Amino acid sequence: MASVCFYFQVHQPFRLRRFSVFDRSSDYFDDERNRQICRKVAEKCYLPANAVIEELATRYAGRFRVAYSLTGCVIDQFRLYAPEVLESFQRLAQTGAVEFLSETYYHSLSLLYSREEFAEQVALHRRTMQELFGQTPRVFRNTELIYSNDLARIAAEMGYNVVLCEGADNLLGYRSPTYLYTAPDGIPVRLLLKNYRLADDIAFRFGNKNWSEWPLTADKFARWVNQINGHGYVVNLFMDYETFGEHQWAETGIFEFLRHMPSELFELPGNDFKSPSECAATYPASGEYDVPHLISWADTERDLSAWLGNAMQSNALHELYKLEPAVKACGDPTILRDWRRLQSSDHFYYMCTKFLADGTVHQYFNPYDSPYDSYINFMNVLDHLRSRLPKQDAEPAPRAKASRARSKTATPTAKAGRKPRSQKPKAS
Amino acid sequence: MKVFMLGWEFPPFISGGLGTACYGLTKGLDHLGTEIIFVLPRGPEKLQLETSPTTSQAASQRRLGTFRYTRFRTVDAVIRPYVSPGVEDEPEPVAVGARRAKVRAKGPAERVRIIAASSSEGPGGHYGGDLFYEVERYAGLACEIAASEGDFDLVHAHDWMTYPAGIAVADMTGKPLVVHVHSTEFDRSGVHVNQRIYDIERAGMTRAQRVICVSHFTRSIVLQHYGVDPRKVDVVYNAVEENGTPESRTLPPITHDEKIVLFLGRITMQKGPEYFLAAAKRVLEVMGNVRFIMAGSGDMTRRMIELAHQTGIGHKVLFTGFLRGDDVRRVFRMADLYVMPSVSEPFGIAPLEALANDVPVLISKQSGVSEILSHALKVDFWDVDEMANKIIAVLRHPPLQATLRDHGSIEVRRLSWVDSARSCLKVYETAVSPA
Repeated sequence: MASVCFYFQVHQPFRLRRFSVFDRSSDYFDDERNRQICRKVAEKCYLPANAVIEELATRYAGRFRVAYSLTGCVIDQFRLYAPEVLESFQRLAQTGAVEFLSETYYHSLSLLYSREEFAEQVALHRRTMQELFGQTPRVFRNTELIYSNDLARIAAEMGYNVVLCEGADNLLGYRSPTYLYTAPDGIPVRLLLKNYRLADDIAFRFGNKNWSEWPLTADKFARWVNQINGHGYVVNLFMDYETFGEHQWAETGIFEFLRHMPSELFELPGNDFKSPSECAATYPASGEYDVPHLISWADTERDLSAWLGNAMQSNALHELYKLEPAVKACGDPTILRDWRRLQSSDHFYYMCTKFLADGTVHQYFNPYDSPYDSYINFMNVLDHLRSRLPKQDAEPAPRAKASRARSKTATPTAKAGRKPRSQKPKAS
Repeated sequence: MKVFMLGWEFPPFISGGLGTACYGLTKGLDHLGTEIIFVLPRGPEKLQLETSPTTSQAASQRRLGTFRYTRFRTVDAVIRPYVSPGVEDEPEPVAVGARRAKVRAKGPAERVRIIAASSSEGPGGHYGGDLFYEVERYAGLACEIAASEGDFDLVHAHDWMTYPAGIAVADMTGKPLVVHVHSTEFDRSGVHVNQRIYDIERAGMTRAQRVICVSHFTRSIVLQHYGVDPRKVDVVYNAVEENGTPESRTLPPITHDEKIVLFLGRITMQKGPEYFLAAAKRVLEVMGNVRFIMAGSGDMTRRMIELAHQTGIGHKVLFTGFLRGDDVRRVFRMADLYVMPSVSEPFGIAPLEALANDVPVLISKQSGVSEILSHALKVDFWDVDEMANKIIAVLRHPPLQATLRDHGSIEVRRLSWVDSARSCLKVYETAVSPA
């Protein structure tokens, strides 16, 4: 058997408006821009892609499976700007073909900075999934597939026994992401590893006419999947949902590909679709996947350098999480919500200065002209948020000298926060 | 490739970016084995002393040590660009020689100061105050040199004052002409364009087989205001010589409690000094321990000193006058941020020098250099609030300063005059054998 395991990440951050040091308003988010982007992506991606998935779920009743992780941020935006998208996800939930996964509500890096905040966001997200889709998630995926053995342990403690992560070459060695693995040291967690070669064929290379395999047809892809048959169990196709119609435009034929891939796959005997939970329940683990340092699914490095690669990023994150006690003590739900929206990993991704290799991808999604503008804007917002906190609870405002000292040591507080700089899997 | 090149100034005796750029580009071309005859108005005394004594012509010739394939020939005139009309309240930034006399040009030539050597040597030692007459005279002398030089492949003229000479030599020899636009009358004078200078610029660009602009910013001005065929206009960026000179690191450390924001350049309309002061005022509304240094001289200096006092920030702004050499490196070492608020800057080598000295930069978007720098803060020159916002951010957040400095100094080290020269050679090839 070879089972295709589709998992799509659905996320939109609350982008900040231009916020100068002279601004006095506590209105931080660019409502108009967020509405426009949400509407645009809804029209180009979410609605048409959901229509295809619904069609497949109906046509292959019981045989087609897909998993989603919707962040709280995107759900909040659907409620504000595109309620029909949320309804279409609820219809998908009712088909029984869809599994919803757990993650942090705000698509945050809280794992690295505050276990308490991390646990609260995961709980908040889980409740939202229950309320909206009538499902209690059993599978965990962390923001940007950031993962280490520590995360497996934490997820196990929170009651999850399946976690998704990146199938990094340097960790797998000769082994294949088509098998299931367990976390080491007896941590009771099954791992599903992203098959980045096949997933990236769809997510990144599908519309690239210079790619030797272009055009990627549904039957060709089904044959590639079929080659796994006998050499593994699963083909974990984890990707951003925005692949469909937004990163790969409709004109590339991406929707037709999605529509026809299942029938092509079913024509070859011995293949099917499974949700992450079904994969873990069906197939045995073939060994341990030991991840002592943090990995992610980002860029060619598969590390945290997209969010923690320079001094600005670590400084911004450090200053943000330093406010946690004061924010939670003040009891103002608006301040808490604003502080949490600032935690979305996107804000730190915009500050990335890795221009040369992966920079082009970063620029494409970056609402700022430069990472420096993004840092300045974020810090101005953060300074203002700090000014709203009661004085006795607030940290002293960072004046230049104080933060100069801090910047040297601004590393994540969590043990898991060591940067795996030395690891460098080859580019996909 | 043998090039007949026409320029106006050369380091170390320069008043602006033109001399620096000519030097760097020539050195790059020389490195690539390009033969160059560089014709220069008579330079400083030092240059004259090294001049071959056998020369009885108006021009003399010599070869500098660092150049292998370049010969310099000087004609007897020193005329410098960039001097604007109006009050001259500062001593001259550039000492061109111990003995000199200033001759104020009249009429349309007011913006350019003519300096004639007080001791005239050979014919042409005495000349009148009309710049345009000098420009024409230079053209005549350049033709004499060209005639004596024998064969070369093309003529390359830097900025408007050499265009008439470039046209004359090209007409006389039938060789292709390349004109190099380091700045335009629109950059220097804004809306108060001098028609005669504009006409010369336009004639040069029209006559030339190829036009080299120092940025896309300048290219768009050339296309828009001079009506030049876009197919013959190329961009060749400048670079920076001496990246992070080691001796600058051995200077004793300077200790100071205040943050220092630096303006370094000519204090003229083109450089936007009043926007720097307006931003300074906004910064000082938010933070106190900052000092603003304006290093440079120019026709707006007195007005800027008055403006600083009128707006109540006089005690926070320091005017140093023109700095050179080690003083420049010292002021860079003191600075937390270099600001270039130029209204219209064709390129802007100074920010590259700041970065090479490990100083982060905030530059106006109305500059050519902003096209090649990623690790710099950028702002519209007129957006004083945003300029202040960014200055405050750099002063408040050391990680921002550190990231800009670390990446910026790497970025600037990637720029090389040899690469610029390589692009320039491609332009030459197109000029010599058009497709």
